[in-house]
Amino acid sequence: MSAAPTGRPVAVVSFAQSPQVRREDHRNEVEMLMPVVEEVFSRIGVTKADMGFVCSGSSDYLVGAPFSFVSALDAVGVWPPMRESHVEMDGAWALYEAWTMLRAGDVDTALVYSFGRSSPGQLAKILALQLDPYYLAPLWPPPTALAALQARAVIDAGRATEEDFAEVAARSRRQALANPHAQLSGDRAPGELMKDDYVVSPLRRHALPPITDGAAAVVLAAGERATELCDRPAWITGIDHRIETHALGARDLTSSPSTTLAARGAGLGERAAVDVAELHAPYAHQELILRDALGLGAEVSVNPSGGALAANALMVAGLIRIGEAAQRIMDGSAARALAHATSGPCLQQNLVCALAAETPSGGR
Amino acid sequence: MTDATSTGQEPVAIMESPIHVDYRFTAGLAQSRFLKGLSQGRFLGQRCPRCHKVYVPPRGSCPTDGVPTTDEVELSNQGTVTTYCVVNVPFQGQSIEIPYICAQILLDGANLAFMGLIQEIAADQVRMGMRVEAVWVPPEELGPTMASVRHFRPTGEPDADYESFKEYL
Amino acid sequence: MAERCAVIGAGQTKHAAKREDVSIAGLVREAAERALEDAAMDWGDIDAVVIGKAPDMFEGVMMPELYLAPALGAVGKPMVRVHTAGSVGGSTAIVAAHLVTSGVHRRVLTVAFEKQSDSDAMWALSVPQPFSAPLLAGAGGYFAPIIRAYMRRSGAPDHIGIVVAVKDRKQALKNPYAHLHIEDISFEMVRDSIMLWDPIRYLETCPSSDGAAAMVLADEDCAAASPRRPAWVHGMAMRSEPTMFAGRDQVNPQAGRDCAADVYAQAGITDPRSQIDVAEVYVPFSWYEPMWLENLGFAPDGEGWKLTDSGATALDGGDIPWNCSGGVLSSNPIGASGMLRFLEVALQVRGQAGAHQVDGVRRALGHAYGGGSQFFSMWVLGTEKP
Ligand SMILES: [Zn+2]
Repeated sequence: MSAAPTGRPVAVVSFAQSPQVRREDHRNEVEMLMPVVEEVFSRIGVTKADMGFVCSGSSDYLVGAPFSFVSALDAVGVWPPMRESHVEMDGAWALYEAWTMLRAGDVDTALVYSFGRSSPGQLAKILALQLDPYYLAPLWPPPTALAALQARAVIDAGRATEEDFAEVAARSRRQALANPHAQLSGDRAPGELMKDDYVVSPLRRHALPPITDGAAAVVLAAGERATELCDRPAWITGIDHRIETHALGARDLTSSPSTTLAARGAGLGERAAVDVAELHAPYAHQELILRDALGLGAEVSVNPSGGALAANALMVAGLIRIGEAAQRIMDGSAARALAHATSGPCLQQNLVCALAAETPSGGR
Repeated sequence: MTDATSTGQEPVAIMESPIHVDYRFTAGLAQSRFLKGLSQGRFLGQRCPRCHKVYVPPRGSCPTDGVPTTDEVELSNQGTVTTYCVVNVPFQGQSIEIPYICAQILLDGANLAFMGLIQEIAADQVRMGMRVEAVWVPPEELGPTMASVRHFRPTGEPDADYESFKEYL
Repeated sequence: MAERCAVIGAGQTKHAAKREDVSIAGLVREAAERALEDAAMDWGDIDAVVIGKAPDMFEGVMMPELYLAPALGAVGKPMVRVHTAGSVGGSTAIVAAHLVTSGVHRRVLTVAFEKQSDSDAMWALSVPQPFSAPLLAGAGGYFAPIIRAYMRRSGAPDHIGIVVAVKDRKQALKNPYAHLHIEDISFEMVRDSIMLWDPIRYLETCPSSDGAAAMVLADEDCAAASPRRPAWVHGMAMRSEPTMFAGRDQVNPQAGRDCAADVYAQAGITDPRSQIDVAEVYVPFSWYEPMWLENLGFAPDGEGWKLTDSGATALDGGDIPWNCSGGVLSSNPIGASGMLRFLEVALQVRGQAGAHQVDGVRRALGHAYGGGSQFFSMWVLGTEKP
């Protein structure tokens, strides 16, 4: 096998996303993805022929068809044949898989993409299928109810109040005003948001994510190839992810130990020293849990894109967090950034990606 | 815990948990054109601007170039059987009398074959290269669905030369 | 590839039409515990878990890795879920191996499974889509025309598919984990079985199975400390091509040829027939053996069937035995079928294959493919450290 240095640095060198919308009524997934792939390539002047690897993330149950990733691949046109793989997860984990390939030295570049249509099916029922198939799924608990259990636990533990949730929502949607891809944005004060009705107590309308259809793509490059392709690559200084048990009753829902472990694995200390953090917190109270788990100080700009409260295309929103964080390094507005992705009910599985403008000095 | 068998009870091996989910599928822009064509009794394909191959039914992209197919092309009602199989077992949800023929049909002017049903000929008479034509449902039954094509049947023309379609196998 | 990687533990379940004695979690644990025991390890020794399976609709559980995390000892660890259609068992092992070769982890547990009997698998394979042409005849209706095209192109006689079906079922009798054990399997029995999708007979098709496979992959130091002989990864590769395109060769797909060329180049193989001692190749319909013999470079184009006909691919007396375990024709837990190919060659290299062991194996090829022959994954394992 080819000898390449272990653990060579890998960077995000391009990012693109589709408009994040409530319902893609006219375009199929291939038609949604093609312009995104085109954009992520044209930004750095490459084509698919320059890609050493292609990796995607999506979910069959969301689309309502088995092997839905198969036809989506026609948006890339993998001919002549290409190295290609797929995770049935958020695209953030596809990026992780591509990162290991690049680190191992097998290839120098990778296209990572994901697509998610939350609109076609009955989302609350579909997400219940993620639960224990014997004990919990047959009860069909909607995801909002599970999130509300978690929010209640946060309040009962004295960690936050409903007003705090409204603060998160108000700030997220206000920041989303500057994000042309966002689905939900607006400038409503927290006090005004507190007049919203409860959807599932203690969660009011504003504390819930929108239902979103969308797609996103990232190009990764290793070593010198990254600096060839991008003036200011967003170097991945560390990336790790951890999972917790599916049994909600066995977890302390007010904390996220898997996020903390992943942050350590990604090389972040107890207080993540970053300029920007893009957190995949679909429900407002989850941002508070994640801030604690990551030790984010008040000086950190959290979710300048608006986060998942502004657009939450399942299987995509995590990859977008990495793209948004990387974008701020590539455009020079941040030197160090952190991106987070989550999967499963109540933040069951979490990924943390640390990014920096400065080239990492070897090692992990 | 008590072993269920030691208490004389049968263990629970299977539990039924029916799942019913409704979806609204999005055809997409290109397929939507194709489906509208079916409701008019026409096959509408699309041509890739880069490699000029014609795809029917179109999915919106050229699968090898990854670019949108843009030009609409109306295809012939006739085509060639490139290869086929004889189905001898009743298949779930299928009401056609067995044996029947499932064939890859390359419409004249298209660059990709699609699966179709061959009728009006004995199963053992079907051949690779056989010329066939679409039999549409009556005009009042036409709709934006593949069911608008009832089946394909032989045209009676001489078989196409193997060389003429072997690259589509 | 940077760090070396080896298989140091392997385990599989007894495969069967219905494993009603275990839950999904019980099924994957059965394989994983055997792999850990083989590696002389405990759950706590594992750094990360990579799991693969075919569509979630086969069991009716969305992203089942979430539910399976504690059953696989993954709580507090990284867990990845791969899905690349039928090739998934192979690509799952490759994703796991990359965690080692990239230097990210030292000991990775990789698992693949399918519990098809838990749901309506035929339904899951063909969920009615309003816009696509109705699937007229099931999986065989898709593959039979391709086989007919191969027969036409190569001039292969009708009995070749029967030869493969008999050979693999006979070999399965030596594998206690195989789903199908047809004691009196014979040429006549296969020939006289019902012609389902002409030219495919019933006994030329794979069964539908419940089952799981698991392996422990490790870096060089951990492999050195392992009590049993490691099977070293000499090469691994994945290739995909579009599902349908003008001029696509479905009989001898380019992605398969490219994938083989890549993995051979990594392993320093120039003549697979003489340099590979045993192969486990994904053959779900018997005719795919001669087709893949050509695609993988064991025979010139159009002549794979001659190799099969000569007995070269048989465990008993062949010089390049294929599917000594009985192959996919004898056990087919879809998501695990590819990993079983990868795992069986690890057994062969480690000398652990029991009654279906080939003598003196030094290098072996594991192969998986999926969908309409557009996704491929392969690895070559060897006794020598690469
Ligand atoms: Zn084209």
